Amino acid sequence: MTASSTTSRSPADGVRPQAPDPQAPDPRGAESRTAVIACGALAQHVSEITARRGWPVDVHPLPPLLHNHPERIAPEVETLARELSKRYATIAVGYADCGSYGTLDEVCRRLGIRRLAGSHCYDLFAGAERIRRLHKAEPGTYLLTDFLVRSFRRTILAELGLDRHPELREDYFRHYRRAVWLAQRPTPELRREAQAAADALGLPLRTVEVGDENLERELAQLIHP
Amino acid sequence: MTPDEILKGLYDKTLVGNGPAVLELTRTGLDTGMAPETMLFDALIPSLEEVGARFERGDFFVPEMLIAGKAMSGALEILRPLLAETGAHTVGTFLMGTVKGDVHDIGKNLVNIMLEGAGFHVIDLGVQVAPEKFVAAIGEHKPDIVGFSAFLTTTMPMFKANINALRKAGLRDSVVVMVGGAPVTQEYADAVGADGYAPDASATVKRAKEFMSQRRALATA
Repeated sequence: MTASSTTSRSPADGVRPQAPDPQAPDPRGAESRTAVIACGALAQHVSEITARRGWPVDVHPLPPLLHNHPERIAPEVETLARELSKRYATIAVGYADCGSYGTLDEVCRRLGIRRLAGSHCYDLFAGAERIRRLHKAEPGTYLLTDFLVRSFRRTILAELGLDRHPELREDYFRHYRRAVWLAQRPTPELRREAQAAADALGLPLRTVEVGDENLERELAQLIHP
Repeated sequence: MTPDEILKGLYDKTLVGNGPAVLELTRTGLDTGMAPETMLFDALIPSLEEVGARFERGDFFVPEMLIAGKAMSGALEILRPLLAETGAHTVGTFLMGTVKGDVHDIGKNLVNIMLEGAGFHVIDLGVQVAPEKFVAAIGEHKPDIVGFSAFLTTTMPMFKANINALRKAGLRDSVVVMVGGAPVTQEYADAVGADGYAPDASATVKRAKEFMSQRRALATA
């Protein structure tokens, strides 16, 4: 069996995962598969890893921009989980805490489901200890992932209002000293985009190649505890 | 322009964060003899309160809050010395800082603007403020309230470290301690021994005013 989610690329917003319709009948026998409700910023990686490992998983992404309104993550996950529970015996949450500050854990406890470990997706890609060391070495560290690099204009520039009010850059970034790109797949094109993103923020760029092995380990724990 | 037009303009232009227009209207108001307090309390503060209300409703987001705050801040730069000259009452002194290890200050800066607008004298120590720096500043400025801000769960424990430092310096009972920041809750504030917590800028002003009333009541008791 292979994982089923597909993804498509959009020049405007980077990767936009396409979710299976939670209402649609599933010809592959959803009751024997695991539904992973994943952050849109992780969904592509989750789909690729589960396909590579042959895990019977369907990925149901939620919009990555929920990260800019983290108070909405837990309710959105709960709504989708309740919907999917009508069709799947097993549901897992492909989010770290992600700024929900415990409310996502409350939902997971209430529904008897589990989530990925860690505080943020940075922990999932690089490991919490490595992130802690990066921030200890320089508290003014602004972290990027492949997703954020690819969707920089929409998820960072537009969401922070910097496209409309470039004068706010100082307000947001004056205390940052460097951008650190936690690179999953540092292609030449993505390297150029990462450099352009760092330039737009006025920060020097450091690239740390982390791959997706750590995420794969965390996913394995989530899906096959 | 009539006084009403100036006040309406200040309100409307602050709401949309048009800094240059707010500055121009502030100068026009002063030129026509309008009292600084009138512009502050009848236009600028109500406008920023409306910005806060729209933020709470989800109609405004951080960029809109920031540009409105900056617009008001520009007007305050002009009005502050005039308010001092006219003997406008200072509600209290508020010492503010983001804790050590944390560089996030957007929320803190918005709170500062709201506090200033509400009549507090705000002393901002900036970001990555070590406990000993808070202690030294409290000794120097003798604020009524000190605010610790943290954006990260990993830096929140500095609240406790700061409070311990105040206690060790014999300053804990001389100042009200308020804490805030995205991951902070009332339960966490209670657990670290803070006197107050507020979830957003508007609530911070309200809570800070309550503390000042209590302090005044105690002082006159």
